[in-house]
Amino acid sequence: MEQFDYVVLGASHAALEALRAIRAHDSDGSIAVLDREARLPVSPTVLPYVVSGKRPEDRIALRERGWFDDLRVDYRQQAHAAALDSAHSRLRLADGSEIGYGKLLLATGAAPAVPPIAGLSDVRFHVLRTLDDALALREAGRSAGRAVVLGAGLVGMHAAENLARAGARVTIIEMRDQVLPGYFDATAAARIQAAFHDNGVEVLTGRRVERVAPRAGGCTVQLDGGDPCDADLLLVAAGVRPEVSYLAGSGVAVERGVVVDAFMRSTAANVWAAGDVVQTPSFFGDATPAGGILPDAVEQGRTAGMSMAGDPGVQAYPGGVSLNTYGFFGRRALSVGRDAPQQGGADWEVLVRGGEGSDAYLKIVLRDGRLQGVFGVDVLFDPGIMWELILRRVELGARAKALLEDPQDAARALMSGLWR
Amino acid sequence: MSATPTIAFDAARCDGCGHCMNACVSAKSSDAHRAQPRIQILRDDESGRWGIAQCRQCGDPRCASVCPAAALEKGDDGIVAWDGERCVNCLICTAGCTFGGIAFSAAEGHVVKCDQCEGAPQCVAACTRGALRYVTTANLYNRWGDLEDLFVPGLGGCQGCNTELIMRHTLRRVGSNTVLATPPGCIPGMGSVGYNGMLGCKVPVFHPLLTNTASMLTGIRRQYKRKGRNVTALALAGDGGAGDVGFQSLSGAAERGEQILFICVDNEGYMNTGAQRSGSTTYGAWTATTPIGESARGKTQDAKNLPLLMMWHGCEYVATASTAFMEDFYAKLEAALDASQRGFAYLHLYSPCTSGWRFPSASNIEVARKAVETNFAVLWEYRRDQGLKLSRDIEDPAPVTEYLKLLGKFRHLDATQIAHIERHVAEQAQVLRELARMHPREGRQVVGHQSDLMAVDLDQ
Repeated sequence: MEQFDYVVLGASHAALEALRAIRAHDSDGSIAVLDREARLPVSPTVLPYVVSGKRPEDRIALRERGWFDDLRVDYRQQAHAAALDSAHSRLRLADGSEIGYGKLLLATGAAPAVPPIAGLSDVRFHVLRTLDDALALREAGRSAGRAVVLGAGLVGMHAAENLARAGARVTIIEMRDQVLPGYFDATAAARIQAAFHDNGVEVLTGRRVERVAPRAGGCTVQLDGGDPCDADLLLVAAGVRPEVSYLAGSGVAVERGVVVDAFMRSTAANVWAAGDVVQTPSFFGDATPAGGILPDAVEQGRTAGMSMAGDPGVQAYPGGVSLNTYGFFGRRALSVGRDAPQQGGADWEVLVRGGEGSDAYLKIVLRDGRLQGVFGVDVLFDPGIMWELILRRVELGARAKALLEDPQDAARALMSGLWR
Repeated sequence: MSATPTIAFDAARCDGCGHCMNACVSAKSSDAHRAQPRIQILRDDESGRWGIAQCRQCGDPRCASVCPAAALEKGDDGIVAWDGERCVNCLICTAGCTFGGIAFSAAEGHVVKCDQCEGAPQCVAACTRGALRYVTTANLYNRWGDLEDLFVPGLGGCQGCNTELIMRHTLRRVGSNTVLATPPGCIPGMGSVGYNGMLGCKVPVFHPLLTNTASMLTGIRRQYKRKGRNVTALALAGDGGAGDVGFQSLSGAAERGEQILFICVDNEGYMNTGAQRSGSTTYGAWTATTPIGESARGKTQDAKNLPLLMMWHGCEYVATASTAFMEDFYAKLEAALDASQRGFAYLHLYSPCTSGWRFPSASNIEVARKAVETNFAVLWEYRRDQGLKLSRDIEDPAPVTEYLKLLGKFRHLDATQIAHIERHVAEQAQVLRELARMHPREGRQVVGHQSDLMAVDLDQ
């Protein structure tokens, strides 16, 4: 049986950052990376740009093979973990071989969630998570007259825009009452939705799909209490679920994802986890959605890697903060942190500028004078600085007003003074 | 990964004139577009201070880590470079940066960031107030990093001591063709001469007596020369081994012009034997032998100025240096090494002692910097053929108390003692100022009648 000091499952953002962190502290330990894919790692985030044709598929690899070689990492493609035996510190792969590890990182990410819709398994539908998905969607999009996108999250919205640009008539169907739920409030979402409407994309919110049925060259989508709508192309973008199929009986606790502590340790000895496979605790310690955020996956990967290598500089992962940069039809929407709850007490303060018809929309959420969230459409600011201000629980005091007026400059000036 | 030159910002010197931003716009604009400045100076009205948003060229750039398109990469030149061919304009890099160092430019249609103008940052050139400085020390570290470290990996110094830095960097540059003398003191205590019969470094090293370092090196250097081999004779000594107990042999070797590079690491006392006073200990300072009690208030004499004493020997080269100013130190080490091939070279390094001076181990470099900025330790160099030159401006020093208050050994000082130290610092600065103005070489032109023969037979 092969044996490595470190084995990393997955080769996306969390895994790559963990590799760097491990090597920064342990220059000698043997490392193997097992990637399911048959190609160099690609970020799911660039896939919409492959679909649109903006980026050729051979220029999007996150790392070249030489990067792994330089780090002296044994990088293996098409290596699929089938089962984990954490009691004996070994993995069984899909080809039947076994690999022993000293320390293991689970960074297998997530796979598209397929909602329980009647008839969905009988029709051909697309998802968008891997490069193969993107290439298939790009191909189908070229000839699709009519496309239906299920889900108005970031993936669905991005893909819908690209399909519309490719010439398809696109309908987005979202269960909840607005687009991009969880990222933006209703006012911001309405601005974004209007842009889609202006560009000929139909957006149906608060609607459920009752069933889908095959039709020549595509499918028919039956909405609750409405006319059926025909689609040459059906894209299911209803979120993701952690890729944990190989963890059954492994001793690694899984809830909405792999359960981890502040150093990304799972419940099994010598097993860490990072990225989309993890059940990310919220920084705010509440039910605010966390996880599935690229910069967060990187933080988790670094924390896990440092912890695995025994780097004394490791710091506890502070918890996930929702963070998105979203471009649509040449415009930009940014969101960092959490919105105020419906029944927030007197400790909450919400500052807003720009209602309907104005040039821009900006919302700043404070609790006890500390930044909780910033949400902007057609307003620029530095999400990284806002993130840091939230993590540091910086008291804004009288600066809140300046922040609302000019979030970029005011936050930069404040942050600059906080750096030594 | 290499270290990177930095554009340093001093908020206290900035008046928000904006010349840096204008210079950046000019440098980065083309006929097609007017660029967004890659540096931004902003005022925080609450604190009344100016702030900066600019790429720090992080060693571990998070903008690059989070980029899903591998469009950002830190290059061998240290610059985090942006690749427009790969960028997909997703702006996730702006979520990765906490400095506002990469931002979307509407005019240019993509994110923009500072590239330090290929080593000649225009913003720095435009700053007339010294608020922006282009710090290139990193280049030196990179160069030094390529040189072989000739000390053992582990040296047993006190936490936060800068002597390990001094030792390793010195020997890296001086190189393996060296015989090293380390008389009793912190340096052999840290392991330069080794343990259990094993050497502490990769060059021949010996442990002379406190008194005879320069004499032994003289003999070694001369013997090698006689054998036809040109080695560098290097001493790494403390202030006691150089200026007190060891002064006789040091003075003799300097006066004879022996080809030696003598480095004094001055921690102002006999620190490895329990922090006793030395001739270099500051007036008023606590040491084990100048205690604080009902009547005793620390040392009652001023420190002697050892580097100036060495200058009056007419050495080939004499300089003072500080680990808070590494570029200056490197340049002086270079000059001293060169001079030691012709005659005696003496380098005096200030070495704040974390344990003996009583300050937190993390603040060594800060203490060293403050010593220089207050004129407590003035940086200068002397070349026999050029006289003395100040290495940095001493006209507008910080108050000496800013230095004194950093150190536990001065905690007990009363107003009279502080005034005494302030006066002494000012006097020393004045002496150096005067010396720097003098032009002894002009004395070469003999005034009056030149004598052609000795008129008197002195031997009679």
